[in-house]
Amino acid sequence: MFSLRDKQLADDIISQITKAKVHLRFMHVCGTHQDTLVKHGLDALLQRCGIEIGQGPGCPVCVTTPKEIEEILLLAKHGKTIATFGDMTRVPGVSSSLQQMKTEGCDVRTVYSIEDALILAEKHKGKEIVFMAVGFETTAPTTASVLLRDPPLNFSVLCCHRLIPPALQAILQMGELKIDGFIEPGHVSTIIGTKPYEFISRKYQVPQVIAGFEPLDLLMAVWMLVRQIQRGKAVVENEYVRAVKQQGNKKAQHVMQQVFEPMDVKWRGFPMIPRSGLRLRKKYEPYDARKKYEDELQKIAKEEFVEPTGCLCGDVLRGLISSKQCPLFGRECTPENPVGPCMVSSEGNCSIQYRYTKK
Amino acid sequence: MCLAIPGKIIELDKKKQNATVDYGSGTKRKANVSLVQVKIGDYVLVHAGFAIQVLDEKEALETLALFREMLSLQEEER
Repeated sequence: MFSLRDKQLADDIISQITKAKVHLRFMHVCGTHQDTLVKHGLDALLQRCGIEIGQGPGCPVCVTTPKEIEEILLLAKHGKTIATFGDMTRVPGVSSSLQQMKTEGCDVRTVYSIEDALILAEKHKGKEIVFMAVGFETTAPTTASVLLRDPPLNFSVLCCHRLIPPALQAILQMGELKIDGFIEPGHVSTIIGTKPYEFISRKYQVPQVIAGFEPLDLLMAVWMLVRQIQRGKAVVENEYVRAVKQQGNKKAQHVMQQVFEPMDVKWRGFPMIPRSGLRLRKKYEPYDARKKYEDELQKIAKEEFVEPTGCLCGDVLRGLISSKQCPLFGRECTPENPVGPCMVSSEGNCSIQYRYTKK
Repeated sequence: MCLAIPGKIIELDKKKQNATVDYGSGTKRKANVSLVQVKIGDYVLVHAGFAIQVLDEKEALETLALFREMLSLQEEER
């Protein structure tokens, strides 16, 4: 569609980064960025220039908590029709996974869009359809848009949407890792724009660059971060200007505002992160699966669920270890038999690492 | 999950809610365009069945030239 490949330009960027003679660690929070980095060998290339880049909590399926998985499994067990994105069905919970429950007779549907789940509800008025809504700011407006259309009352949403900027702040506040710069997710940014990241640069003096998903986008973003550091700057820059506008997508922000309000939620591997999750506003309670099926979910309301034994997805998501440092990687934990969600999701660090390097 | 695919709008319904998007190589699919303001011929990024942003065609075509310019300015500063 648009040609964004140019070897000479890539060589020039790498040459300038090498000349800078730096030793820096950057974090990104996007599975698609990780895919580009590993698929094209950019992670290894940049490492030779003194730049380490790791993926933080940037995979919506991966950061979903064991508790949320148990909630959806319980609703499936109680006869609801569960609709969700493909990767979500394979995430192992304590007792089972949605895919496993499907083989045992539960009604689990994989959908490409929340609109497919809505069509199911319209077609099957006798069934209770629960859409497990995962995703960051990129996906949340799609959920909001459907709820604004007065869907039938046999449709509800188990809301697991999360917000990126509060998670970035949590990473810095936890202080487990020295981070010299963030590469921000391009598609989250198409919705929220550049402003919601600014407080991070101001408060923690960390440079940030919003990046697209072509190899050259990521190389350029790294170059821009290095340039900021050399100049002693810490601001938000936008490399992905062809898609990200400073103000973001106002229409999408507005529908999100109408339907959701922020709430404190846990992320896998993280403690409670203030105002990092979304819940449905009171007006949309009839579509809130947690309210609608409160009695059925009561059984596990106070229970805490732990991650699978030996699984280090939490450490991977906080950027503390690489997938290959997990003793289960490629042995007990493979894409065919995943132990943790980072090996399930196509956006998960372990799954990407396995896909391109474990042959 | 946050993957979004660029495509060109080739059909648009009267209410401007739904469109047919051409992703190239003969792949065409319906997408909900209620979150963006579009016309036929616009390029959009589609995520989970919804167009989430309009791509700036001029910026897209000039991306590489812009990168080259930024790099050469930096070289001159050295």
